[in-house]
Amino acid sequence: VWCMMGYVCLCTDATLQVDISDALSERDKVKFTVHTKSTLPNFKQNEFSVVRQHEEFIWLHDSFVENEDYAGYIIPPAPPRPDFDASREKLQKLGEGEGSMTKEEFTKMKQELEAEYLAIFKKTVAMHEVFLCRVAAHPVLRKDLNFHVFLEYNQDLSVRGKNKKEKLEDFFKNVVKSADGVLVAGVKDVDDFFEHEKTFLLEYHNRVKDASAKSDRMIRSHKNAADDINRIASSLYSLGTQDSTDVCKYEHTHKIEARVAADEDLKLADLLKYYLRESQAAKDLLYRRSRSLVDYENANKALDKARAKNRDVLQAETSQQLCCHKFEKISESAKQELIDFKTRRVAAFRKNLVELAELELKHAKVKGLVTVRSR
Amino acid sequence: MAASSDRNPPPFPATEEPGAGLSDMADGDSDEGEDIFVSNSDPVAVSRGVSQPDRASEEAPDLFGEEEASSTLAKSNGVHSDDDNDLFAEANVEPSPDKPGSSDRKELPTSSGPRPASSFTKGPAAMQPTSLEQLEEDEAKDSFDVDVAVTNPEKVGDGMNAYVAYKVSTRTSLPMFRSKAFTARRRYSDFLGLYEKLSVKQSLLGCIIPPPPEKSVVGMTKVKVGMDDPSSVEFVERRRAALERYLQRIVAHPLLLQDPDVREFLEREDLPRAVNTQALSGAGFLKMINKASDAVNKMTIKMNESDTWFEDKFQEVENEEQQLRKLHAVVDSLVNHRKELCGNTAVFAKSMAMLGNSEDNTALSRALSQLAEVEDKMEQLHQEQAASDFFIFEEMLADYIRLLGAMRGCFDQRMRAWQRWQEAQSTLQKKREAEAKLLWANKPDKLQQAKEDITEWESRVTQYERDFDRIGMTVRKEVLRFEKEKAKDFKSQIIKYLEAMLQSQQRLIKFWEAFLPEAKAIA
Repeated sequence: VWCMMGYVCLCTDATLQVDISDALSERDKVKFTVHTKSTLPNFKQNEFSVVRQHEEFIWLHDSFVENEDYAGYIIPPAPPRPDFDASREKLQKLGEGEGSMTKEEFTKMKQELEAEYLAIFKKTVAMHEVFLCRVAAHPVLRKDLNFHVFLEYNQDLSVRGKNKKEKLEDFFKNVVKSADGVLVAGVKDVDDFFEHEKTFLLEYHNRVKDASAKSDRMIRSHKNAADDINRIASSLYSLGTQDSTDVCKYEHTHKIEARVAADEDLKLADLLKYYLRESQAAKDLLYRRSRSLVDYENANKALDKARAKNRDVLQAETSQQLCCHKFEKISESAKQELIDFKTRRVAAFRKNLVELAELELKHAKVKGLVTVRSR
Repeated sequence: MAASSDRNPPPFPATEEPGAGLSDMADGDSDEGEDIFVSNSDPVAVSRGVSQPDRASEEAPDLFGEEEASSTLAKSNGVHSDDDNDLFAEANVEPSPDKPGSSDRKELPTSSGPRPASSFTKGPAAMQPTSLEQLEEDEAKDSFDVDVAVTNPEKVGDGMNAYVAYKVSTRTSLPMFRSKAFTARRRYSDFLGLYEKLSVKQSLLGCIIPPPPEKSVVGMTKVKVGMDDPSSVEFVERRRAALERYLQRIVAHPLLLQDPDVREFLEREDLPRAVNTQALSGAGFLKMINKASDAVNKMTIKMNESDTWFEDKFQEVENEEQQLRKLHAVVDSLVNHRKELCGNTAVFAKSMAMLGNSEDNTALSRALSQLAEVEDKMEQLHQEQAASDFFIFEEMLADYIRLLGAMRGCFDQRMRAWQRWQEAQSTLQKKREAEAKLLWANKPDKLQQAKEDITEWESRVTQYERDFDRIGMTVRKEVLRFEKEKAKDFKSQIIKYLEAMLQSQQRLIKFWEAFLPEAKAIA
């Protein structure tokens, strides 16, 4: 999980450490136990835990996004909603079809599905944890009051999901953003750094999106093939035409194949998915900067007009100064954020790609050994 | 039928009369067989300790150049069959990296080869990629000294009257054939015709006649239109391989081999066109089997099976057929999923390449491009794996499903024989009653006829009883033989499959090992 952020371990920072120490999957929700260790004076205790649900994470994330003071930072992307629907459906279908298969087949499939469920569960816990850790690691965001409330307040935050009206508002906000997005993309930035970043991020984001989708599909096919191999192995078993050693080897290679698919999933697909969200957050930052630039330019124009008409000049001056200040502040922090983003990205890819290669090698060697021994 | 898959084709000894065109076979299918049977006492070819008469060094083959010459020279000195056997037996047991999975990919994998002494293993493989059917034959033909191969499919004619002609090559040491090696060109309907003839004759005796591959209107139409697209190529290759296995099973059967029709099929220059092969489409074949079963089911006299062996076996066969059908369906699903995986991997590789292009950190960009290449190579591996799954597994399952059907047919034939016997017995009974009636009615002129009838039917009853017993014995033998062959076959196929997997794992390792330093170099 850490590898996605490119940090080796955040635990070196004793002032604030956050992790998810436990999680419980209930009927239709997941309860995360958020555990905090801190030496900061803001908190009543040095170590404490609260239980949070997904919606509360989203609330926290949105509060960052909506906070003007944080306009110059890359807001850590919100964790995706826990989705066990597919897995649950499969388990249900299995239960319904119990009568039509042998006891062996049933137990085996059940184990597989349970493992799948567990894997999804682990992943969603990891995603939520990463989000919190990114916030805790950020020099400014870690001081956020809502964040502290989130960590400490041991009652339900009573954050309901957005109602229809709010969802509609969000929708329109996004529409406006994309219209602006076109605008932003069109205007050439004076600052070379940001101009380069803009071009880069737009393209990179699209390509990451594409790669992420394609990797998902590839991994699904791989898993389907592995499932088939499993069924074949159990059929061969019941056929009894082979002596069991052959079948065991065959089945072993299947388990390895399934695990390879799972590992590819973890390393590559999750990495791509994560950077899809991160690059979106970076784009959002650029967008906010552009908006503030537009505001700044508009304030300039207004000031010129005011001076020309000699009316409300002071007001226009103040407004212009505010905009200028805001724009400069955003630009400064944005530059640093984007540089950090690059560093993080490179480190994360490196770690994951190395681990992926090592895992593939390990599995291929085991698979090869297994195959050899069976002859 | 079955063969140990990891035997490498030994080098070619001197080729005697290679029959027309055998030595020029592009894919070298029967070349492997050549060495076994041309000098049929060569222990090298068949590591079974057949003692070897003197082989002068002038027999060192010229086919593969120096490598072969030196190694055969080496072994043709001191005719110690055991030593020779050991040398090559050992080499044979090693994984053969040179065999392509089972598809017709001619690519030579780069994985580590066997020990250097077996340099000859690289030779033939490099020249002529082996077909797995070839290796199967090698094993199967040891007891019978007949080896057939079906190769070189060629489209003859144009339009809807076009057909595909295959080269059927035979090598044999049996005296009943006119020569030691010969070829003939045959088309699919010829194979069907042979099957029909055999069925009519041999099934009466209770033999399991291996069925040929099914007709396919769709497949053939595509081929008639043009033979170039990959699905047509695959169809023709499937059919060629299936026809080859079909012939191999036939000649492996001691009784069928004796059949003059089989000989004619293999030897005769021009075979009269087989007609009435419509009945032998896949559906037609099944219908035939089922008709027999229906007839059996309609029997009013329930057979008193004194020997439960037959009943039990029949049940077993039916169960097994069911299971194989299920398995076949899953393997088919696997093949399709793998093909899908191929496609998705290729697409993913391109996507990663694009991502690598837009990445502005140079080392990471390079690593991502490398990753894209690795994924591309993985796609290739998946493709080969899919072909392997298909040709090794799926086709074998299909064969056995058909064979089990044929076996069911045998059982039904036996029932028919029993029926005939019973009917004859009841007719005899009627004739006896008729005679008794005539005696009582005192009609001496008709009495003579009645007595003759009785004698005739008595002999028929004896005949049919003997037939029934004989069929019973044959069926038993056939079943046992079949089970043995099947076990061998399955085992060797699994081994082949695992070998192919081993190879691809080795290549996979190479790919990722090359990639790892690139990933580590990211900074």
